[in-house]
Amino acid sequence: MKWRAVAVNTYREAIRDKILYNLLIFALILIGGSILLANLTLGEQAKIIMDFGLASINLFGILMAIFLGVGLVSKEIEKKTLYTVLSKPIGRTEFLLGKYAGLLLTLAVNTVIMGIGLYLTLMFNQFSWGLSIWDVEPRLVGAIGMIYLELALITAVALLFSTLTTTTLAAIFTLSIYVMGHISGELMKMGEKLDGLAAILVKGIYYILPNLSNFDIKGQAAHGVAIEPSYFFYTILYALIYCTLLMGTASFIFKRRDLK
Amino acid sequence: MGVIMTGQLTKVYDLGLGQAPFKALEGLDLTVQEGEIFGFLGPNGAGKTTTIKILMGLIHPTSGMATLLGCPINNIQTRSKIGFLPESSHFYEYLTASEILTFYGRLFDIPKETIKERTLALLKQVGLESAAHLQLRKFSKGMLQRIGIAQALINDPELIILDEPMSGLDPIGRKEMRELILNLKTQGKTVFFSSHITHDIEMICDRVGILVGGRLLRIGGLSELLPDGKETLEDYFIRIVQGQ
Repeated sequence: MKWRAVAVNTYREAIRDKILYNLLIFALILIGGSILLANLTLGEQAKIIMDFGLASINLFGILMAIFLGVGLVSKEIEKKTLYTVLSKPIGRTEFLLGKYAGLLLTLAVNTVIMGIGLYLTLMFNQFSWGLSIWDVEPRLVGAIGMIYLELALITAVALLFSTLTTTTLAAIFTLSIYVMGHISGELMKMGEKLDGLAAILVKGIYYILPNLSNFDIKGQAAHGVAIEPSYFFYTILYALIYCTLLMGTASFIFKRRDLK
Repeated sequence: MGVIMTGQLTKVYDLGLGQAPFKALEGLDLTVQEGEIFGFLGPNGAGKTTTIKILMGLIHPTSGMATLLGCPINNIQTRSKIGFLPESSHFYEYLTASEILTFYGRLFDIPKETIKERTLALLKQVGLESAAHLQLRKFSKGMLQRIGIAQALINDPELIILDEPMSGLDPIGRKEMRELILNLKTQGKTVFFSSHITHDIEMICDRVGILVGGRLLRIGGLSELLPDGKETLEDYFIRIVQGQ
């Protein structure tokens, strides 16, 4: 299982990267600092902390996914560290899988740390109001899980661009896809108002772009709104299929690339 | 059958609109026999690295064929018997010497205990025993070249392909590298290495191939290429290159 060796190595590289630590520490400071913001409101402290905390986890998670993801392949090509790896008996697809798995592991660990940070902040808030520290919204776990799925999808996008172009361009393209993925609903509305080829083009772009708003249940979690289990099932399935297509495309491109 | 065989191996780069394609390698026919030390000589830009990268599956040939140990070059499993040192070694600098050899060992599915034994032995062989736990970012160029050799031998390969192995080494380092290559031959291994330094090739190679402008101009044993012994390999090489 050579992809596991690549995954462990990728994880090791990520956790020895100072960028990751800086982002994580900043995220934890923001999450913990949301208590100060919450104190400006009356009676809605927990909701403010959850909103702010989940948004921080999402933002910093995306920054980690993009910063680390775009360098997964392109940095190895630029630094020529790929030569001694791909000259070993490991296929390029297996190598990509290992890189992807390694970054997913890194993001999982960081998401869990940030999630724990959010729960501790909420528990402290409960404690400061003389309430039970265990009376914290359990639906946050689902919202954090959805955030992680979004990170997994964006990482696959970053990896795809990483096989195609330089680190800088891959970052720009990935960030663009992230933004467009969140406004794809608006694109669909625009497409419905157009006719002919323009409508087909816009609708085509809508279906190709990842619909990232599917993964955003932060509002529902913060306000204690229940979500059907089937919603989670279909969103997870969507993420799995989309990631598989992205990885398949990345593998197709990478296998044909000359490593000059 | 040769350990390395190529048949009309060609690589042409398309440089885009308005520019003529660049032939990095043209119709290379080459055979390297088992157990020999083969020197692949050529000036800078001759196509030596292109040839080696095609053999190692890093670049796709435009046409022609090549085999390693009797199998087509796209057979990934054949690489379990091959060791490779690229030109200007680049490794994961956040890893220590010990960690990087362990990583490469795992890519060969070598058992953990065997990796551990070989790592210790190889670090000792290349003189990096005391640097086992030092991150590669702190290594000198010579030390990186040594760890490069160590990773090329972690799987105890039958065939070792080295791209400019003397590059960046001082005279003592080059002597040690030549001795290492000769030692590999006594173990029954085949060594194929590229260089533009005739002196190193003349001292240790059984056969030599001279590549200029992507074409193999001469190939043979040193006694064949220099029959009367009056000319050095350097003089012969310069004569061949200038004749082009």
